[in-house]
Amino acid sequence: MSYIRSHVLFSNDPTILAQGGVEVKHTLLDEIKKHNLVDEVEVIDTPRIGDSKSGPEFIVYPEGYHYVGLQAADIPFLVEEQFLKGRVVEKFLAPATKEKTQELGAPTPKEVRVVLRNCGTINPENIEEYIAENGYAALAKVLTEYTPDDVLEIIKASGLRGRGGAGFPTWLKWNLTKKAEGSPKYLICNADEGDPGAFMNRSVLESDPHSVVEGMVIAAYTIGASQGFVYCRAEYPIAVKTLNIAIEQARNYGLLGEHIFGTDFSFELEVRKGAGAFVCGEETALIRSIEGKRGEPYPKPPFPATQGVFGKPTNINNVETYANIPQIIFRGAEWFASMGTEKSKGTKTFALAGDVKKTGLIEVPFGITLREIVYDVGGGIKNDKGFKAIQTGGPMGGCLPASYLDLPVDYESLTSAGSMMGSGGMVVMDDETCMVDIARFFMEFTQAESCGKCVPCRVGTKRILEILTRICDGKGKDGDIETLEMLCSQIIEDSLCGLGKGAPNPVVSTLKHFRDEYEAHIYEKKCPAKTCKALIHYSINPENCVGCTLCARNCPVNAISGSPKQTHVIDPDVCIRCGICSQVCNYDAVVVT
Amino acid sequence: MASQTEIADNITEIVQSALEYYGKKEEELIPILAKVNRDLGFLPQEALEEISGELKIPKSKVKSVASFYHMFSTKPLGRHVIKFCENAPCHVAGGREVWNALQQATNLKVGETSADGKWSLLTTSCLGLCAVGPVMIIDEDVFGNLTADMIPDILSRYE
Repeated sequence: MSYIRSHVLFSNDPTILAQGGVEVKHTLLDEIKKHNLVDEVEVIDTPRIGDSKSGPEFIVYPEGYHYVGLQAADIPFLVEEQFLKGRVVEKFLAPATKEKTQELGAPTPKEVRVVLRNCGTINPENIEEYIAENGYAALAKVLTEYTPDDVLEIIKASGLRGRGGAGFPTWLKWNLTKKAEGSPKYLICNADEGDPGAFMNRSVLESDPHSVVEGMVIAAYTIGASQGFVYCRAEYPIAVKTLNIAIEQARNYGLLGEHIFGTDFSFELEVRKGAGAFVCGEETALIRSIEGKRGEPYPKPPFPATQGVFGKPTNINNVETYANIPQIIFRGAEWFASMGTEKSKGTKTFALAGDVKKTGLIEVPFGITLREIVYDVGGGIKNDKGFKAIQTGGPMGGCLPASYLDLPVDYESLTSAGSMMGSGGMVVMDDETCMVDIARFFMEFTQAESCGKCVPCRVGTKRILEILTRICDGKGKDGDIETLEMLCSQIIEDSLCGLGKGAPNPVVSTLKHFRDEYEAHIYEKKCPAKTCKALIHYSINPENCVGCTLCARNCPVNAISGSPKQTHVIDPDVCIRCGICSQVCNYDAVVVT
Repeated sequence: MASQTEIADNITEIVQSALEYYGKKEEELIPILAKVNRDLGFLPQEALEEISGELKIPKSKVKSVASFYHMFSTKPLGRHVIKFCENAPCHVAGGREVWNALQQATNLKVGETSADGKWSLLTTSCLGLCAVGPVMIIDEDVFGNLTADMIPDILSRYE
């Protein structure tokens, strides 16, 4: 039996591999082989990422040495020193003081990792590591000790609500599908995480796919489904690959397929890839896509529970919902319900993005405040600028200003504040963000992703986008705000699906909380955040300018004139507001108004 | 330069291989289109017509599915396809400057292919790599933590 004395966790993040990581890994494996260390040093792929600027990297355990910026030529020396002579190589060590951007760092004190518990610490391509962490113990218990009704009782007692955004009680959805008539019954996992800024599901699928597989088998047993699909977006190629490996390994171990655990229960699972349509995250559009059609939503009722894919009863849940199931069964409903608030039990993963110091994934119990998330877990605003707003729930969520920082995060409180939980994306914006531009930005996204089926969404979002673009271009008119408000309320009321109903939310919330910015754009033709190019002016302060000519030489459109040692001048008619002059000036002489 | 028949044979071969792999069922239409799109670089009209015939689905329906999904292209693309993430988190992290630099360096607007057939400039849905934004993909290579001054060097690595 081989005794592995050293584990090397090699980051196979696509960004890293693109920087020469593939060569580094091959050389590493070759060198280990060359020195006959194959039985002593094991190289494991990990999706965990350090600062992706630092190039190919790996961590050596048990010491925990983090080597970064590696090139293939460095490896022979490193292998000899580290693995043969047992000496750390200082010059390749990651700088300890450098602030790193990680996708998933070590948990901060306010976090509780349930869904993310295995991410970064097990090899997702080895089922035995999942099993070693009590993997599939819950499934064994379910299949040998519980009836489907027993499982329903446990899930009901846990208080688990769908983690895809709507927060529908999971036990209730399962029960409706269980009771529906029709055969065969289907189970679908919605892994079409399309919200910009959200990558929680991606991390779970890449790092701990078996938690989802196990959750799905338990759900299938409960509702009586014999076939399942994981609909995973094609923009996540590694997640698709890891899932397929996990499914095959589970099948080989008798945990999927015919007679699972030797019982009468059989369940087949396959991965279906999306093809780049955000709307396919909506459950009825997703169903259409699996059926080989355009991903256009259809009206509900009938709900998928009674008439879903291929017209049969179908249960659809989000990745995170399924990932919670094994833990709830294994550790008990009471444990799960001990976390969170009265109506929102358990934990939720969030993806912090934007102008916050520590972007990346977090998992916290419901009830934590936005302030704690931004400042305690997120480390505060980047470059210590001021906080302006936080957008929760993805592109159809609302933007909340500083006055909402002490809001406890749960389904009801976010909805009543004018935003929503969504899948868990949180974009933090600093005080140099223009909120009108942000609203326009989100509307651009939802407009492009509108499937086009219903008029309120298809035409309404386009009209809103036109108005917002005009406002940002300095061509806002009196009456625009009122038109926006009218359009928003009509689209919300009359759209067919969640995309249309949610699309106006960024506009509604920014109009509510940042109306003064809209008015400044329209009536004063000014952008208070100094972002909208048509409304800002670059000029040179004669008191600070020393005439070094650096700005004039760097201006891409020759808008700056002046002789050496004389104050320079920017021609406002030529200036394209690219900001290069401001970046190169060493005398703080460029003024933006 | 391949002759018309050679190109046509190539299309048939690739379409048939996709049909064989996934099976000739309507529900497999999207995986089939994805494979053909990947192997040919895009979905030519001839491929759509052949798929329509083999799956016994009306041509209009196949075309409507092919044109619905963002990751399929019914137009030929350049040798190297740049897909830039223009979504909010990358935008907030400095994406605007990088996007301007990309447009300047390639002399293309979004959706265009250069006259010499080297580059296509597209945007992509969020790739979920927001922690290292701004992000772009060129062919299958992913680049993160981008700044405008990195663009010329990255582009120069492609022939």
